[in-house]
Amino acid sequence: MAIELVQLLIYGIVLGSILALGAIGVSLVFGILRFAHFAHGDLMTLGAFFAFSFYVGLALPMPVAFVFACAATALTAVVIDALVYRRLRRTSPVILLISSFGMALILRSLVQLIWGPSNQVYDPGIQFPYLIWGLRIKPDQVTIIVGALVLVTGLHLFLQRTRIGKAMRAMADNIDLARIVGIDTERVVIWTWLIAGAMAAAAGIFLAIDTRLHPIMGWRLLLPVFAAAIVGGIGRPYGAIAGGLVIGIAQEFSTLVLSPSYKTAVAFGLMVVVLIVRPTGLFGGRR
Amino acid sequence: MSLLALDDIHGGYGGADILSGVSLTVAAGEIVVIVGPNGAGKSTAMKAVFGLITIRRGTVWFAGENLTRLRTDQIVRRGICYVPQVDNVFPSLTVEENLEMGAYVRNDDASPQLARVYELFPRLFERRSQAAGTLSGGERQMVAIGRALMLEPRLLLLDEPTAGLAPRFIDQIFETVRGINRALGLSILMVEQNARKALGFADRGYVLVLGRNRFEDTGPGLLANREIADMFLGG
Ligand SMILES: Nc1ncnc2c1ncn2[C@@H]1O[C@H](COP(=O)(O)OP(=O)(O)O)[C@@H](O)[C@H]1O
Ligand SMILES: [Mg+2]
Repeated sequence: MAIELVQLLIYGIVLGSILALGAIGVSLVFGILRFAHFAHGDLMTLGAFFAFSFYVGLALPMPVAFVFACAATALTAVVIDALVYRRLRRTSPVILLISSFGMALILRSLVQLIWGPSNQVYDPGIQFPYLIWGLRIKPDQVTIIVGALVLVTGLHLFLQRTRIGKAMRAMADNIDLARIVGIDTERVVIWTWLIAGAMAAAAGIFLAIDTRLHPIMGWRLLLPVFAAAIVGGIGRPYGAIAGGLVIGIAQEFSTLVLSPSYKTAVAFGLMVVVLIVRPTGLFGGRR
Repeated sequence: MSLLALDDIHGGYGGADILSGVSLTVAAGEIVVIVGPNGAGKSTAMKAVFGLITIRRGTVWFAGENLTRLRTDQIVRRGICYVPQVDNVFPSLTVEENLEMGAYVRNDDASPQLARVYELFPRLFERRSQAAGTLSGGERQMVAIGRALMLEPRLLLLDEPTAGLAPRFIDQIFETVRGINRALGLSILMVEQNARKALGFADRGYVLVLGRNRFEDTGPGLLANREIADMFLGG
């Protein structure tokens, strides 16, 4: 039984790592631009398929394909912002939210058009798990956890040490004051999309490694990703990491008592409970 | 010639004009105070300098240059810092990071200036790694003023720096403002609720009512004015 629980904990951490990477972007975008970015799941999908083209199509090594896919997705996010969101920024957040919903549909259709509607995988064949003290751990799962750790550490250093990272935190705190001290807010916005896009791509690629590629893979994960961002305190990237782990682990543990098809409902339920008990999220985010 | 001049400013927040003809000047090295009833447009006049409202008519001059249509970050680069009335620190950033943000537009090494700000406010040095949101009101005001000084500006705009502070902090802030004005030759334009005290130490003052200039005179001159005394100074 104890082994069983540890096994679930590992699965939870894998899922939680993926959710955290997605939730970081949602939280950053909310903190800086004050709107819920509904196209984030499809940005994850896009990243996963970019990596598919680089890895399977161009036969590049996986680490290279990973970096290229993150860069391509980050640029796509910046372009979407410049073409669509930027023009709507002076209107209400509701309009931005709805336009991001439309963008989600556009991205999903594009993925289907370009890569087709069926399931794909990066590597056909079955991976044999390591057996450690009766635990089954696949090499891919190790890759995902380590990869997420590296990315989160990188994000931490960026936010704490760099001028633009500090400006980003300042802008999330108080956008008017950020302008008053002379921060070029449009530049911070571009950096926000670059990071959110790259992190979304990483989440998508890890999800595809853990399961498989499919045009609605990211959309399906959107609710748990939002739940993670909200549980952690929306607008707080560090909270998003914790929120991702909490939701991921809770979802896996829930399979002890519930059918796995309720996993999304568990994420939603947990989010509602946190909102009732602590409306600003575990780490005190924005309203 | 004056360092800053607002010339017949009309404008507001997009709707009806809040300012309908505000004119004022600040000469180099001067301390100028704006007083007036709540809602008179004092804060709005400060925002006009900083490109934060829509100016429909009139001009903002700074050192002979027209600032009226510049972006806020461009105005900051000209050497003007603004400490707003409320929400004037970044709560989740540490005290030191708040001060660093004040030097955001500087391209040179700001660490000598950081040392000077800590010298001016030793309290902030003690609290440098603490999140600014956890500080007391007086300490926050020091962070906000210290942050503005990081740029070594030529003109400092202070919007009610003593509002809501305990009396001992009020005196300390006034002392500090006078100190930086004397030591650095920094020009200061400030809005103040403690009108009697503020006019007592200002070189000149303006009384703003309903978005318009009502009186202007030297600090003592305004203090001696019966009409003003009846209006704001509690008789
Ligand atoms: N951000 C804003 N948007 C719209 N109206 C505002 C805003 N800020 C202030 N006002 C209005 O402008 C008028 C002047 O406000 P303000 O300049 O803050 O007055 P004061 O600082 O003299 O107390 C008030 O009627 C106030 O309601
Ligand atoms: Mg005011």
